[in-house]
Amino acid sequence: MIEVKNLTKKYGDNTAVKNLSFTVENGKIYGFLGPNGAGKSTTMNIITGCLAATEGEVLINGHDIFEDPYEAKKCIGYLPELPPLYPEMTPYEYLTFVAEAKSIPYDQVYNEVERVMDATGIIDVRDRLIKNLSKGYKQRVGIAQAMIGSPEIIILDEPTVGLDPIQIIEIRELIKSLGKSHTVILSSHILSEVSAVCDHVMIISGGTLIASDAIDNLGKYLVGSTVMTLIAKGDPDRIKGAAEDIRDVTVKSVSPAAHEAEGVYEFIIESNKDDDIREKIFRKVCETNSVILNMDTKKMGLEEVFLKLTSEEGAEAEEDAPEASSGRKKEKPKKSAVREKDGESDYKPLFGTGNNDENNEKEDK
Amino acid sequence: MGAFYKKEFKSYFTNMTGYIFLGFLLLMTGIFYTAINLKQTHPQFEYVISNISFVFLLTVPILTMRSIAEEKHLKTDQLLYSLPVPVSKIIIAKYLAMVSVFLISVVIMMLYPLILLFFGKVNVVSSYGAIAGFAFLGAALIAIGLFMSSLTESQLISAVISFGTLLVMYLMGALSSIIPTTALASVIGFSVVLLGLGVIVYFMTKDFPVAFICFGVGEFILLLVYFINGAVFEGLFVSFLKFFSVFDRLENFIYGIFDLGAVVYYLSLICVFVFLTVQSVEKKRWS
Repeated sequence: MIEVKNLTKKYGDNTAVKNLSFTVENGKIYGFLGPNGAGKSTTMNIITGCLAATEGEVLINGHDIFEDPYEAKKCIGYLPELPPLYPEMTPYEYLTFVAEAKSIPYDQVYNEVERVMDATGIIDVRDRLIKNLSKGYKQRVGIAQAMIGSPEIIILDEPTVGLDPIQIIEIRELIKSLGKSHTVILSSHILSEVSAVCDHVMIISGGTLIASDAIDNLGKYLVGSTVMTLIAKGDPDRIKGAAEDIRDVTVKSVSPAAHEAEGVYEFIIESNKDDDIREKIFRKVCETNSVILNMDTKKMGLEEVFLKLTSEEGAEAEEDAPEASSGRKKEKPKKSAVREKDGESDYKPLFGTGNNDENNEKEDK
Repeated sequence: MGAFYKKEFKSYFTNMTGYIFLGFLLLMTGIFYTAINLKQTHPQFEYVISNISFVFLLTVPILTMRSIAEEKHLKTDQLLYSLPVPVSKIIIAKYLAMVSVFLISVVIMMLYPLILLFFGKVNVVSSYGAIAGFAFLGAALIAIGLFMSSLTESQLISAVISFGTLLVMYLMGALSSIIPTTALASVIGFSVVLLGLGVIVYFMTKDFPVAFICFGVGEFILLLVYFINGAVFEGLFVSFLKFFSVFDRLENFIYGIFDLGAVVYYLSLICVFVFLTVQSVEKKRWS
């Protein structure tokens, strides 16, 4: 179990991580998500003892990483952003070195190295120099290094960066299998990866935690929003009015459709509900004597929510001042509540596209 | 610690550095041995030792340049930080591995006086004393090179600053003889040293007031002592400089004296520079 409390890291005047707190429980795969420069690597480096924090503390199974680093580090296997490999060694030599450095008893070193090589599928390249290996194999050697000694917690910093699609799938399978017996934390800026592999997601932006929830809950929130593109011929105001008669539906924009005849308009329609609104829209629009030429629905994906959350965080910081629409006022206390209660399983963090959309709606009007 | 020592020692022979270091050192030994002992038929191997100490200027930077700079360059230092091993142990293991590579050449050198025994009477003990002095000198210089390597990410820069430092130390004996021994000259000399320390403090802390206060306090004490009793400064700066003439302390060993003072001096240098290296590596975590 990892407890991170009020972690702050400053590089000179630049604050990389601001007052970050969260708890990582045993036996789950955690995903650290955030745009580049969000502070993911810095946080991981502090947790593993590679960097000292400016403020705050990190407890690993109750051992403070600064006060009692050797006990704490025994519980962790770490793969940094760049796999820390010695190019002039073979994977076998390298892993033997790491095993000995982690004080694995002499008679168990060979078996341990064989075990991790087998698990990561690098038996075939065991006697080739690391500098001659492909990037995918280097990454695997790096993961094997983190697995040595079966530490309770394995921390992987962007484990799939720069790999080809097949390698990415293989590494993901490997991480999933690791998750069965270890607590895994991985960082990524690729959303599909996090949703494919992790049980729990923490979104970081600008050095602060902006959301933290189980991936299943996340899914529930996300599906809530549907975006539809409608192309119809008729009076645009009447069509807009008709569509907005339906509950939870808003028309985001109306514009003359491109590459179409005169009098044909394109409508971007958003629904906050998960219901299929196509039929309702069809009927309502028909009532206005208009003709529907094209209808195209798209579920709101993780990407959109992620972008929204991370960009909103920036916008909010700028507008933090007194003026606040009613929507924002409602939202803020909830957000700070998320920060305080991080890691507790029963809270409902704001993945609420509902609230976000409410904002947008108000702004639009 | 054993794992680090083994890995480091092996790494000198999986790339060129170990071979270049040993090869060059032994080549120079061989040349001077042939010239002095075999051609001119001197029975003292000590003369060879005294002539080849300058080889350290080139070979020590070659040996030490990659030790820590390369770890930083390859980002493998993150592995070292994340392993449950204290940084001090890792640095000591690295240092011992380098000294072990150097000791290979020392062991080979120990054969040379024995070869001379075939041709007549040789004072083997005195020769071995000189070789021991040579070994201590080398070990001290390696500690200095290790520290220089921890200051930078680039092997080349590390090699150049090690070479520069060793060169100044090599010439220190000669340099100190041209410096005037008056009290005023000493005060000026110490002021320059204080200024240098102030600059170093500034670069380490990036805090101008702190660096300036360090310099100011030092300078104040210096001037105070000078005005109270200027006579203590007579020749003090020259002896201060002579303190850093690492190479000159080999002299007694050459003349057949096993100089315990010099041994203590070399051992202290080793401790100080290994300690500074540990601090320098630890510091990176706090950047």
